[in-house]
Amino acid sequence: MSGVDPERWEVVIGLEVHAELSTRTKLFSSATAEFGGEPNTHIDPLTLGLPGSLPVLNARAVELAVRVGLALGCTVQRSVFARKNYFYPDQPKNYQISQYDLPINVDGSLELPSGQVVGIERAHLEEDTGKSTHIGGGGRIHEARHSLVDLNRAGVPLLEIVGRPDLRSADEARAYVAELRAVLVAVGASDGKMEEGSLRVDCNVSVRPRGSAELGTRCEIKNINSLRSLGRAIDAEAARQVALVEAGERVVQETRHWDEDDGRTHTLRSKEEADDYRYFPDPDLVEVDCDPVWVEEVRASLPLLPAARRARLVERSGASRPHAAIVCERNLDDLCLAALDAGADPERVVNHAVHNLADERAVGLDPAAFAALVAMEVDGTLTATQAKTVLAELVAAGGGDPAELAAAHGFEAMDTSELEGLVDGLIAEHPEEWQRYVEGDPRIAGFFVGRVMKATQGKADGRVVTALLDARRG
Amino acid sequence: MSDRPERISAEEVDAVARLAMLALTEDQVERFAHQLADVLDHAADIEALDLDGVEPMARPVRVVNVLRPDEPGPALDRDEVLGQAPAAEDGQFRVPPVLGGAP
Amino acid sequence: MSSRSALPSTPVAPATVLAAAVRSGERTALDVLEEHLARISDHEVDVHAFNLVLEDRARESAAAVDARVAAGGDPGPLAGVPVALKDNLCTRGVATTCSSRILEGWEPPYDATVVQRLAAAGAVVVGKTNLDEFAMGSSTEHSATGPTRNPHDLDRVPGGSSGGSAAAVAAGFAPVALGSDTGGSIRQPAALCGVVGVKPTYGLVSRLGLVAFASSLDQVGPFAATVADAALVCEVVGGHDPGDSTSLPQDFPRVLAHLDDGVEGMRIGLVTEMLGEGIAVDVAARVRAAAEALTAAGAEVEEVSIPAVTYGLSAYYLVAPAEASSNLARYDGVRYGRRVDAPTAGEMMVATRTAGFGDEVKRRIVLGTYALSAGYYDAFYGKALRVRTLIREEFDAAYERLDALISPASPTTAFAFGDKTADPVQMYLNDVCTIPSNLAGHPALSVPFGVGDDGLPVGVQVMAPALGEVAAFRVAAVLESVAPSAGAPS
Repeated sequence: MSGVDPERWEVVIGLEVHAELSTRTKLFSSATAEFGGEPNTHIDPLTLGLPGSLPVLNARAVELAVRVGLALGCTVQRSVFARKNYFYPDQPKNYQISQYDLPINVDGSLELPSGQVVGIERAHLEEDTGKSTHIGGGGRIHEARHSLVDLNRAGVPLLEIVGRPDLRSADEARAYVAELRAVLVAVGASDGKMEEGSLRVDCNVSVRPRGSAELGTRCEIKNINSLRSLGRAIDAEAARQVALVEAGERVVQETRHWDEDDGRTHTLRSKEEADDYRYFPDPDLVEVDCDPVWVEEVRASLPLLPAARRARLVERSGASRPHAAIVCERNLDDLCLAALDAGADPERVVNHAVHNLADERAVGLDPAAFAALVAMEVDGTLTATQAKTVLAELVAAGGGDPAELAAAHGFEAMDTSELEGLVDGLIAEHPEEWQRYVEGDPRIAGFFVGRVMKATQGKADGRVVTALLDARRG
Repeated sequence: MSDRPERISAEEVDAVARLAMLALTEDQVERFAHQLADVLDHAADIEALDLDGVEPMARPVRVVNVLRPDEPGPALDRDEVLGQAPAAEDGQFRVPPVLGGAP
Repeated sequence: MSSRSALPSTPVAPATVLAAAVRSGERTALDVLEEHLARISDHEVDVHAFNLVLEDRARESAAAVDARVAAGGDPGPLAGVPVALKDNLCTRGVATTCSSRILEGWEPPYDATVVQRLAAAGAVVVGKTNLDEFAMGSSTEHSATGPTRNPHDLDRVPGGSSGGSAAAVAAGFAPVALGSDTGGSIRQPAALCGVVGVKPTYGLVSRLGLVAFASSLDQVGPFAATVADAALVCEVVGGHDPGDSTSLPQDFPRVLAHLDDGVEGMRIGLVTEMLGEGIAVDVAARVRAAAEALTAAGAEVEEVSIPAVTYGLSAYYLVAPAEASSNLARYDGVRYGRRVDAPTAGEMMVATRTAGFGDEVKRRIVLGTYALSAGYYDAFYGKALRVRTLIREEFDAAYERLDALISPASPTTAFAFGDKTADPVQMYLNDVCTIPSNLAGHPALSVPFGVGDDGLPVGVQVMAPALGEVAAFRVAAVLESVAPSAGAPS
């Protein structure tokens, strides 16, 4: 659903993604950072905000933050933790330790599979809050009788990745989050599970007349729990804003809450009543100033990132960008490259990876067997249909000899003279259809190919049949 | 009471107190406004200083990179902790209904 | 003097002597404890040094110390020494109130690092001492449990905020005590109660388990009747703690070994800004007398001007309340302490905080919240942080030529109850001499040096550069040895 006329309106989107870092312990204390658990069992004095407790920074969290920063092409800089002061029952100290004017990572970018490059303003460390459950009133916050607070999640390290407002549609926003998730997972920083809340997205949306250079008033949307809701929320919010402006009204800067059930966003807080967070440098913590030599070591230890893997595949195989994206998303690029190394035909390798290797087990396929299969297809030993069948069996078994599997099915190359006889017989039996074929009706080709396939139980090579038909048309 | 304009008004004191989750009586607001104005008057000496080239000192120690290995330590006992809480239920801290979302 | 006092009628043995006696088996820890409990039982009702006296627990610890000695073990350098703890130091299973209603009923599930180190050294905790609520005050009048009285004159304040600890040592309830010093909260009450009080270099003593007032200024330190006892406690509780990110990666300087070094050849500055306006004439006279005594002992003493210290008070009363407003946000009635119920969580927090905090705490929270709020940060908090740098730089420049500085620890001797509670700025002026060291993070101590015209103790403050504890203790030891005895007006 999108009530926005793209000819007249441009939607401007900037995302703030909070990723829970995959550490064993919390950002500033040694309580376990594991997901879930019995309520209030992952607690220590700092997690509870007890008087006298003090924070000490988790070295692994810094390393993971730097890994992500470098993967996003950020500059890693001297950073300072600040306190963001606000009262909320699941915020045990009633301030959140975050990074404010000096974040650890600044000025990076993320290349999407489409080739679009999205700016990253910063990626900074901060601690997570606990969880409040609202009891009574059917879980609705405004009708609750009371609330229960579980602090297991409080203090778990988060990396807040602030993207620049470079996105222009729900599709682009989804692609951005998917790509960011892939990077986070690739560098081992996060498990990227949106459903467990380890990846959370806040979304800033504004609209402006197409061609305008000025940004419209933006609203921040919270409570987005999946890529699907991200897209829906953006479309709904953009439509709401356009409707307001077209009705001569003004968009008010505010924080809005996405309601999955009614598919709308609702006012949470207006800017006027927004908190004054009174940020100031946290005197309990010292500056983080990463040794440039160590930073380079971390950079050297990074795996090849999704964008680089896609580029590599495009270069080696000539695959299209969308195909390369699919293959890399399935983690089949290494398999394909190994098959190419074994001499397989690039186009067929990529085509199989895109169309016939959705099976998760395909990652474990023996590249030599894959290459051998492709070779049989190229030399005409197997038809495309037969190759697909054999490939599925190779994937299920993790490998094997494609020739043996083909033989077991009785797949063998057909004699062309046998096929010629079949084709001539069909033309004689179906003069009307033949006439249409001769006149160039594209839909009728399948009629003849299909019948040949049926007669040969799929052993015929479709391309050979087409060639025979063409030869007879003159 | 002096004629000079106060450096902090009663309204400001009230607003700041609310930000700090304190409800002041009218009398307190008036009294605090005068007292805080006195403190801020005293602070006028530093307001006038030109300190542009001077680095702020957020903490007296100059050490950096104080880090802890990512190794779990002992957890506190939940029953002992909840036993100290004003109200608990189902292993959790119980509070009156929360209105409005977190920032 | 016609006023009532609560000073020990017989001399109290110092901790160094007691520990030696207990370690050698000459005296039992229990015997030492009972002697102090007897003094508590005689005078605590007048002094109110304690929020909580831990007779039973103390007897158990003392018995454990004795058992170790009997078994041929060494309980440590503070074997059997009774200590009093300011009630803002966390003690496992023992109420820690900060003299605030808001922490009513709270028993920490952990011990502060300094408390652990005292126990490991064989000390016996006798009780938790009174303070201005959350250490905000200079008279111990702002306490939810009522004021502590100065053992030298029960009609006067003991100073603050660690008034309970200072009074406990002065009254002989414990030979040593711990306090915390954010703007003078150890040194000023030490001066007013005629005992030694030390604020170490920021980062030398762990803050883990010290309930925070202003984190960048707070330091834990000892009160003692003698300079040697104070040095001993510093060495026991000080040194690196990996649980405090601002803890320096080193041991406490070896001060005990240098107490007899004297001041021969030391260069000492008398800070002119701390001897003029606002400083009582008799107090200034005692400090000048101390300077002469140091000269007589072989030091070179000169007057030195450190103009930036005059901005200290302004900077402090922006920085400390700002940090406090954030540190005290956690008291919300959700997880521990007192709760005042209300229909919503937000209203409950407001009701709890409004009922739980006293006036002075509220005043500072409001001031600090204001100083940090949008639009004022640069003018107030940001500016104050730059003044800190300025003060440190001027001190450091002076320390290029000088080994230590001296000044009064308090502008006056002990004042009467109610004298300064109506006017916060007058109360805040008590800290004018002590605040600069907190802002700079430098060590400073107060050592008794005679009495004022009213017969009440005067403390001389000795300041030194960061990690210059040895110099400060050397000066203090000399002043102690030549000080006119208290109780004998000069």
